[in-house]
Amino acid sequence: MSALDNLRDTFRRDQVFDFMRQGTRAVAPGQLDSGSGKNILYLEDITVSFDGFKALNDLTLYIQTGELRCIIGPNGAGKSTMMDVITGKTRPDSGTCFFGQTLDLTAMSETDIAMAGIGRKFQKPTVFPEHTAFENLELAMNGPRGPWHSLFTRLSGEQTSWIEDTLATVGLLEDRHKVAGLLSHGQKQWLEIGMVLMQKPQLLLVDEPIAGMTRQEVERTGELLKSLAGKHSVVVVEHDMEFIRSIASTVTVLHQGSVLAEGTMEQVQNDPKVIEVYLGE
Amino acid sequence: MRDSTFKSAFSDRTAKTFMGVLLGATLVVTLLNQFFPPDSSLHVSAYTVTLLGKYLCYALLALSLDLVWGYCGILSLGHGAFFALGGYAMGMYLMRQIGDRGVYGNPELPDFMVFLNWSELPWYWQGFDQFWFAALMILLVPGLLAFVFGWLAFRSRVTGVYLSIITQALTYALMLAFFRNELGFGGNNGLTDFKELLGFSLQSDSTRVGLLIATALSLAMAFVLCRWITGSKLGRVVMAVRDAESRARFVGYRTEHYKLWIFTVSAILAGIAGALYVPQVGIINPGEFSPLNSIELVVWVAVGGRATLYGAVIGAILVNYGKTVFTGVMPEAWLFALGGLFVAVTVFLPQGLVGLVSQRWAALRKQFPPKNTNNDTLTPAEGEAP
Repeated sequence: MSALDNLRDTFRRDQVFDFMRQGTRAVAPGQLDSGSGKNILYLEDITVSFDGFKALNDLTLYIQTGELRCIIGPNGAGKSTMMDVITGKTRPDSGTCFFGQTLDLTAMSETDIAMAGIGRKFQKPTVFPEHTAFENLELAMNGPRGPWHSLFTRLSGEQTSWIEDTLATVGLLEDRHKVAGLLSHGQKQWLEIGMVLMQKPQLLLVDEPIAGMTRQEVERTGELLKSLAGKHSVVVVEHDMEFIRSIASTVTVLHQGSVLAEGTMEQVQNDPKVIEVYLGE
Repeated sequence: MRDSTFKSAFSDRTAKTFMGVLLGATLVVTLLNQFFPPDSSLHVSAYTVTLLGKYLCYALLALSLDLVWGYCGILSLGHGAFFALGGYAMGMYLMRQIGDRGVYGNPELPDFMVFLNWSELPWYWQGFDQFWFAALMILLVPGLLAFVFGWLAFRSRVTGVYLSIITQALTYALMLAFFRNELGFGGNNGLTDFKELLGFSLQSDSTRVGLLIATALSLAMAFVLCRWITGSKLGRVVMAVRDAESRARFVGYRTEHYKLWIFTVSAILAGIAGALYVPQVGIINPGEFSPLNSIELVVWVAVGGRATLYGAVIGAILVNYGKTVFTGVMPEAWLFALGGLFVAVTVFLPQGLVGLVSQRWAALRKQFPPKNTNNDTLTPAEGEAP
């Protein structure tokens, strides 16, 4: 058994082929290292089953640093389960899930994953309903998270203007003192995107961002997501094909828990397999 | 000014009003008791002074529950346990103060131990002859129990009604344990026959007034402390945990640490309340652990109004005043009245009395709007450091 452990240690992701990584910075275990690879997220051979039903079936997927990736697929294709695996809500039965080169997400808690730089916007907008928009962003703000720190901390001017900048980005500056429970549905979605941004994530997971939005709100959301790519890596799960066409660079189609096709929107739309299971119905 | 500090919590308007009313009333009662002869119609009897002191202890206990229930959504049905533990710690000190004035005249052992033929003081009674040690235990014992209990419960993500049930079980188990003579806390009879506290006779009027003042000051300090906590970022995180716990977790907060923190602080406050209560009523027995006490406590907070702090205080005082009056007139009906009150408040006044008053106030303001109305909605108050 210990021989196997040794072998594993030799083949640790951050140590293998060290000679090939000369000149790149050394990374301590437990720290995000996205600098030495072009991908930021590695999902390999992930299988998740619920009572025999395979929600994810040998899913292998890579997300590049800074890209805007759209994930589509019919209901039950495993989109939300995939998000759950990445954020630590669901543990895979088998397979590996790495954030950067070093962080094994399958061994980390939800909180640790959030702190490592993965932010998630849920399908149903979940904000803190009794807090104002401003306070929602303040709570989400990147920084120490301990109770004692929270008791003694006070907002600096810098932090206040950061929060206000983010409020402006998501179009809520006017309503910043409004209690979040009273915001419209679309505003809540934006507020939640703002909260995810305040965590300074490397990777943003956005689950159905335009559900229940008006036409103009959809357009603004598209602009917002496009402007976020580059600085962050963004993964969007959506049903609305038109919306995806308007923002996507790369599209991944999931079907029955694994990747069916991947490419530009054009390629994917013309793929006979995709037409058969999803678009052609 | 958004984030409160301990200093700013002192000077905010609610805290000032609260302290003003509380300390003012205490001062008036003190003067009426001390400076008017017993036959004067303005004289306040020592009985009333002690009764008021008792109410204020209950108010402090209600405040501690409001902190966990109102702000963090943890409905503890076992807060009476922390109150009783603080009370027992104080009771042990008072027992040791009796010395050789007990019935059996043993300078070392309390009466009930002599009665049980014990030859020496158990190890856990050591040190309680010192007030500083007892004071430390008043804070430590409830705090430690809450910490261990909370650590186990919150780490396993026990929430909602399950948590309420196990807190209830906790206080019930402690009650059964304290009923046993072998445990060394006086069994069924508890600890009583206290003589003096810090050298002051507990029977004298001035000591009773002193205890009332001490209780009022403790309540005022606890109120400021709670205002500080709830006004800080910690308070906002705790409320976020109450409203959307899993969201708070995804934002990166270890919600179990926050719950544990607030639960422990609350238990310590409850322990202080118990410690102030015991010298005023002159007895502590296992009945204080009874689940019924903890449930009554929940009713006080619900009647006053949750998550306002002063609501809990008002609720505790009003319900207990009602209890005093009611049990004098028709004692057998009190429990029905209490039950009816709880149902009525839950159905008709989900925000409690405080909520009712502020609703009426808002309605009045709508009807008769003050002259300068339109400039207080959009004032950006944050970020301006003093």
